[in-house]
Amino acid sequence: MAQDRPTAPELLDAISGFLRNEALPALEGVDARLAFQVKVALNSLAILGREWQRGPTADAAELLRLKALLGHDGDLPTLNAELCRQLRAGERDERDKALMDHLRATIAEKIAIANPRWR
Amino acid sequence: MDGARDGDARRELVHGLTKACSRHFDRAVRIDGLFRHSGGASRQTWGFDAIFDDGTIEKLVLRRDPPRAADAPPQSFENSLAIDRATEFAVMRAAGLHGVPAPQMLFIAEPADGVGDGYVMKSVDGTAIARELLRAPRFERARQRIPAQLGTILATLHAVPLAALPPLNVGTAESVIATMRRALDITGEPHPVFELALSWLERRMPPAPATPGFVHGDFRTGNYLADENGITAILDWEIAHLGDPLEDLGWLCVKSWRFGAVDKPAGGFGSREELWDAYEAAGGAKINRDHARWWEILGTARWGVICMTQAWKHLSGAEESMELASIGRRAVETEVDLLELLS
Repeated sequence: MAQDRPTAPELLDAISGFLRNEALPALEGVDARLAFQVKVALNSLAILGREWQRGPTADAAELLRLKALLGHDGDLPTLNAELCRQLRAGERDERDKALMDHLRATIAEKIAIANPRWR
Repeated sequence: MDGARDGDARRELVHGLTKACSRHFDRAVRIDGLFRHSGGASRQTWGFDAIFDDGTIEKLVLRRDPPRAADAPPQSFENSLAIDRATEFAVMRAAGLHGVPAPQMLFIAEPADGVGDGYVMKSVDGTAIARELLRAPRFERARQRIPAQLGTILATLHAVPLAALPPLNVGTAESVIATMRRALDITGEPHPVFELALSWLERRMPPAPATPGFVHGDFRTGNYLADENGITAILDWEIAHLGDPLEDLGWLCVKSWRFGAVDKPAGGFGSREELWDAYEAAGGAKINRDHARWWEILGTARWGVICMTQAWKHLSGAEESMELASIGRRAVETEVDLLELLS
């Protein structure tokens, strides 16, 4: 059953607004450590918002690429574990163009969710 | 947050510090102005004033592992090189005596003080907040001086005679890679970029130094204090060990420690060459540039794995902390950097 509004992103926005506009001003200059924690919380809420938007598409695309790269079916954790085993054993390395293309695409999506301002 | 419980813990800490400081100074002391520094979830840093009966005030700092409940789950993820507070105290005192800017070390707390495993040192002026040091106008002069100071201080630090130090663990390039792989296995989250990086590093591992040298282990922006004239004290000695001194030079240049000043590898303040030249000019061993870069790339991967293990402390139930949990999502920053460094 569909949930009533606010939707998940709307709810995240409402929580962020409260923390930013009410909690943070009340703590700044009073308790530096708690104020810092609130900023950490705000940053995490922003990640959740982006993950809500982009996460499912990114996961689906990663899974498709992994299947193509490894040449068989499987779920995301299993295929990633297999790729990791190959990399640790030295069966693939940075000279493998398909591997590097896959990793670049995957990490580009991950950073777009976790910290789009990273450079 | 349980305010009443926090208040109790605070009163207990003031009580313990009063007892410990009275003993150390051998006179009546009143403790005032106790505050906790931000950062450091498992290891706490508290600032306070010791006020004597003649009105004089000493600004002091307590660094401690908080007392742990008997039923607390074990810390499954401590860095295997991590030293206890008493060893850290001895390392910092030795470094200070041999010319490294470090706080003046006063005493190690006794168990009966009830303040946990910790020590008290004198407070040093300056800030460790990277963004302030990198951007505030009043630090302009400091910014000019810091790259060379970092090199000079590292050369001095690496010259501390091993005989002056307490026994320390040896951490080699090989053992760091093994530790990181173990951490990846324990968290059980597959990270292809870290695996790629570790295999890449393993194939290009520099030879171990003939005799292991003294390594700070966490020498980076954010872990030293500086004022308008530059660096005033090197902090965070908790993973000091013996190994390849180039490890410190590489770690300092990891992009994560530039705090946005990405074009200035030397801690966000200058070029690698400025750092290396100052190091060699101050008597440091001639730097093999390739090996220093190798340690920088290893450091990048290492910080990424540390992000995962910090989050794991929370996820495993060892230490409930939103701050630790959130660090897990920073691991990907180093994956971005590694893909650039490896291609």
